[in-house]
Amino acid sequence: MHLIDLTLVLIMLANLALLGSSRLAACIQLSAAQGILLSLLPLAAGEHGSKAGILLLAFTVFVLKGLVFPALLARTLRMAHVRHEVVPIIGYAASLTTGVVILCLSFWFASRLTLPHPAASPLVLPWALATTLIGLFLIVSRKTALMQVIGYLVLENGIYIFGITLAQDEPFLVEMGILLDVFVAVFIMGIAIFHISREFDHIEVDQLTSLKD
Amino acid sequence: MIGPMGPALILTPLVAGLLAFWLRADGPRRGLLVLTALAHTALTINAWRVWSETDVGSSALVVPVGAWVAIDATGLLFLTTISALFLGCAIYGVGYLGREKNHMHIDYQEHLFFSNEPEAVFTGCMLLFLSSMTLVCTAQHFGLLWVGVEATTLASAPLIYFHRQHRSLEATWKYLLICSVGIALALLGNFLLAVAASKHEGVISSLFTPDLIQHATQLHAPWLKAAFLFFLVGYGTKMGLAPMHTWLPDAHSESPSVVSALLSGALLNCAFLGILRAHQVCVAAGAVEFSQELLRGFGLLSMAIAAVFILGQVDFKRMLAYSSVEHMGILALGVGLGGAGAFGAGLHAINHSLTKACLFLVAGNILAAYETKAVKDISGVRRLLPLSGILWIGGFLSITGSPPFGTFLSEFTILKAALDGDHTYVAVAYLSVLALIFIGMAAIVLPMVQGEPQAGLSKNRPREALWSTMPPAVLCLLVLAVGAYLPPTMNAVLHEVAVTLGGN
Repeated sequence: MHLIDLTLVLIMLANLALLGSSRLAACIQLSAAQGILLSLLPLAAGEHGSKAGILLLAFTVFVLKGLVFPALLARTLRMAHVRHEVVPIIGYAASLTTGVVILCLSFWFASRLTLPHPAASPLVLPWALATTLIGLFLIVSRKTALMQVIGYLVLENGIYIFGITLAQDEPFLVEMGILLDVFVAVFIMGIAIFHISREFDHIEVDQLTSLKD
Repeated sequence: MIGPMGPALILTPLVAGLLAFWLRADGPRRGLLVLTALAHTALTINAWRVWSETDVGSSALVVPVGAWVAIDATGLLFLTTISALFLGCAIYGVGYLGREKNHMHIDYQEHLFFSNEPEAVFTGCMLLFLSSMTLVCTAQHFGLLWVGVEATTLASAPLIYFHRQHRSLEATWKYLLICSVGIALALLGNFLLAVAASKHEGVISSLFTPDLIQHATQLHAPWLKAAFLFFLVGYGTKMGLAPMHTWLPDAHSESPSVVSALLSGALLNCAFLGILRAHQVCVAAGAVEFSQELLRGFGLLSMAIAAVFILGQVDFKRMLAYSSVEHMGILALGVGLGGAGAFGAGLHAINHSLTKACLFLVAGNILAAYETKAVKDISGVRRLLPLSGILWIGGFLSITGSPPFGTFLSEFTILKAALDGDHTYVAVAYLSVLALIFIGMAAIVLPMVQGEPQAGLSKNRPREALWSTMPPAVLCLLVLAVGAYLPPTMNAVLHEVAVTLGGN
């Protein structure tokens, strides 16, 4: 088995574990593991571009997605004195089933698409789609604001799998700009969650209902 | 057109914004805000000077391939509205910050105490917001454009949470999450576009806009279409196209009025620009019918949904927010119709920005005087706030597309495009929705202005401050001016934009 296939399979396992976990702290660790796996992808898939550029990119992804984001999320969890459960709208078993259904659908959909040039691994396209969709599912099916941020990160990771393996020539500057933006997004969302926990005594977003028509 | 102007436009507010975080004294910080706005406007006027001195179509104005940041016709159009609006809002903002200075405030709606965000954070974020919007307008690379759009979300989120109370916090959270997810989908659009641009040998060409437009016929059509779809949904979320608009009424109604003016007048246009860039590639690639059909559909749906929520609206700031959804729909529809519609949409983007900013600033004056956003509790604006009352009526007439305002001209051009292009049903739907919205808004706006103010309000009120009435008045006069006379340079730029959008 190639390194890239192994990495992708482990990333998907992290997705499924996220769907089935009930503790926020465990989810943060899973997202960290997924980030670290993701940083291996440029190394495993990289055929074009300079070696130094790929190494630097992999290192930045490792530091940000593997260390900084989880640290920021863990800090938010510590500072906001709240329950440490995920609070799902859809139960864990049902969530896992949905994850598997999403995976099958992604395989079916990806088999109908033809790439202009072959990808580094046949798993890339369905995997990217499935990770993106599972991220979206996590956002809409979890009540905790922190879990929605983790869902956003998973969604971003899915898009990143797509980008790193299919559109490798994205200039380094843009790649860094995207990572910087996501970093600031997680940072600001963390601050917002802190304020939500102070204002409402919890971080469950189904209480945010005073604005409507 | 390249040179130091593009980077200067982006860097000036960026540096000023970072400086504002560190400045302790209020006076110099407010001065910095206005000075930066003036500098930005001066640079933009200079860009117009270059355009008016060069013949349109000459090679001096063509963006060179490989330039990251440059001002083309489309960028210049949107940059101008941003610059003008920001100057008005900066002047208004200085007065507003002066009034908001005392530390504890009482919530109008629930009578709870709350405090404001530190003023340094507010001013700093305003300037960073300006910088990121300028980046969006001048970016000539799809990746850089994406970075800019996401940066606008992040810079503006703290602005919405200026009043630290739970409703604005709720609005901020929805804004952050929904727009971030939307923009993440637009990132997927970027990558799909990169796949569409990749050549068979595995060598991938760039994502520079001029480069893509030049080689558009070589793009893989199915992947280009998929990319456009993701751009439309992704940036459309930020632009407020229905049904992805759900964050918009909350954010626009809960943020301070000066921020609402910028969000509605400047930010929505920036997101629209993201869609326009993708549309320009589709036009060059010959996939124009696909993108136009989608734009028409989303445009009409946005207008219809806005009309439903404007009729019987009880909160006047939410009414203005839904009106923004309506006008974003008109813009998408105009571009989707092609022909003269593209020209009309370009013109309408300017008109809508100026009018909506004017209306939001006046709404801020009304809110400050009456301390309520409920329409039923407000009457006699004409008596209590004479100038704001006139501007509220003027803005209402303009936003509903009445002559002699510029909006009449642009909305009429779009109607003409619908009839010329044999889209009779679209034209009928367009006119009926506009009529419905006119009635809905008239039923809200007119009773507010007429009648007598409630007892207790009229006593001992100071006259309206100049800072609160001059910026909206100037904006309103500008819309009138556009309706009366379109300068030849502006006309030329608008035509240039229309041609790249598949119109004439």
